[in-house]
Amino acid sequence: MLRLEQVSKNFGGLPALSNVTFPVAQGQLTALIGPNGAGKSTLINCITGVLDPSQGSITFQNREIAGQPTHIISRLGIARTFQNLKIFPRLTVLDNVLTGLTSEGGDSMLMAMLRLPALRHRERRLRLRAMEALDRFQLADKATWPAGILAYGDKKRVELARATVGNPQLLLLDEPVAGLNAEETAAVGEQLRRLRSSGHTMLLVEHDMDLVMELADRVVVLDSGKCIALGSPDEIRRNPLVLEAYLGRTEAIA
Amino acid sequence: MTSKQKIFYFIYLHRTGLTVTGLSLALLLYPVFENNPYTLGLTNLIAINAIVVLGLNLFIGYAGQISLGHAAFFGLGAYGSAIATVTFNIPAWPAMFLVAGMVALVALIVGIPILRLSGHYLAMATLGMNFVFHSILLQWDEMTGGPSGFAGIPYLSFGSFAFDDEIRLHYLIWGFALLALLLCLNLVRSSVGRGLAALAGDEVAAAALGVDTRKTKVKIFVLSAILASVAGSLFAHTYSFISPDSFDIFVATDFVIMVVIGGMGSIWGSLFGAGLITMLPEWMDIFETYKDFVHGGLLVLVLLFLPQGLVSGIIDNIKIKVTLRRRKNAET
Repeated sequence: MLRLEQVSKNFGGLPALSNVTFPVAQGQLTALIGPNGAGKSTLINCITGVLDPSQGSITFQNREIAGQPTHIISRLGIARTFQNLKIFPRLTVLDNVLTGLTSEGGDSMLMAMLRLPALRHRERRLRLRAMEALDRFQLADKATWPAGILAYGDKKRVELARATVGNPQLLLLDEPVAGLNAEETAAVGEQLRRLRSSGHTMLLVEHDMDLVMELADRVVVLDSGKCIALGSPDEIRRNPLVLEAYLGRTEAIA
Repeated sequence: MTSKQKIFYFIYLHRTGLTVTGLSLALLLYPVFENNPYTLGLTNLIAINAIVVLGLNLFIGYAGQISLGHAAFFGLGAYGSAIATVTFNIPAWPAMFLVAGMVALVALIVGIPILRLSGHYLAMATLGMNFVFHSILLQWDEMTGGPSGFAGIPYLSFGSFAFDDEIRLHYLIWGFALLALLLCLNLVRSSVGRGLAALAGDEVAAAALGVDTRKTKVKIFVLSAILASVAGSLFAHTYSFISPDSFDIFVATDFVIMVVIGGMGSIWGSLFGAGLITMLPEWMDIFETYKDFVHGGLLVLVLLFLPQGLVSGIIDNIKIKVTLRRRKNAET
């Protein structure tokens, strides 16, 4: 579904990604792991068009998306969450989730200003879908709250609800459980499991190895901007290069 | 639900429509109780300012941009209508729409390059735009009348019914203001409006949600320019005399102050901001004499303590308090 070929990104001559190649298969959860500074977030930003890759190609459903503007990529059906939460604190929880349906709401300003019956119907449908999404994430009772006052874990779930409400083709999750306690992590893990079993394709960036090893179909390991390993969780667990990247030289722990 | 709850729910569900209806009724009856032409003149001025501020609030409060140049669009509307009706003898109503269309075009041409800027740079660019416009008004005196202004602008009229006294003008101008209010309220309650709110919150997040950030900014800029132009036309036809001073950078900053006082991202706040800043000099002489100090001081105070703006800041705080109390009650 998504293919990265030889993707490189330099920041002023400093290579953040070099020749990264891997696929994300339809209906699978692919995990992207690696030590801090390995280039994981840079890679997500390249896929979503926040950054333009210096070289290489990124194809989504056989369509080249490298260098396309972010909103175009989003409208193709790629949704994401952010490592450092980007919810809208002044909007209500419901409105936050509704922003996830922006591209389905139509962008005619004139239509919106006249608020014709057709638009009202559409608004009502979108609202229902947003409420369903809130239900899935146990947030329905907080729908009218300003999102800014929610607890951190709830904010993360708002972001997940917003990213999934539009039924995206591909879901990019940038550290969805970072900063959560064990209980909240388990809850988000449960959500991801449910998303996977309902056929969502996901690319998950995560430091929580237990979660990654449990959920992932495939694991991609980045280190210093290079893709050093690719395989099933079991293969990755036994891969000496991965151990080295995470724990230092193998002799040291042998 | 008990019938009491049902009533409350109905009110909550239709709160926007009900408030607009209430306001319309109040405005409909207002001239019955208030027939002092001076006071009516003031409330008419509030309505004219409110139309500009509504548009500007969409641009500042929703799209998250800044413009210190909207007095230029206001002035383009006013001078456009004046020149079209007096110099070219075009009937006033078509002239108004023609001018609004031309202002939209100007805003589009100006907006596409300068909206690539943001923050301080955008503020400077729009300020520069207002300066240029003001200089043109002063210098091109065979067209604009120069510093001495432009006189003899006709009243708007339907046949022989001319909007020539304060009561008639009240209905005309507030009619336009309410229409602008309604259109803006509808806009922000749609997915376009939520896209705008996302844009004000975080540009990267908005783009990731499918909002075409660049195009949206330009569109809102053009929309706010159209509203300012219509307000300018009304201004010209109300006072039948206009001079460059009504469209200088201080007026442009006053519009921004109205937005900030009312509250960024609050449509209702726009009305309040326009009202308060228009009325202040009337209530106390000291505000008139030291107007710039007072306006500047207010701006600093509001931005320091309620960066979202006075009205919406207070409303936000109340909302948060109520929600927290409810949560507490639910827990105990």
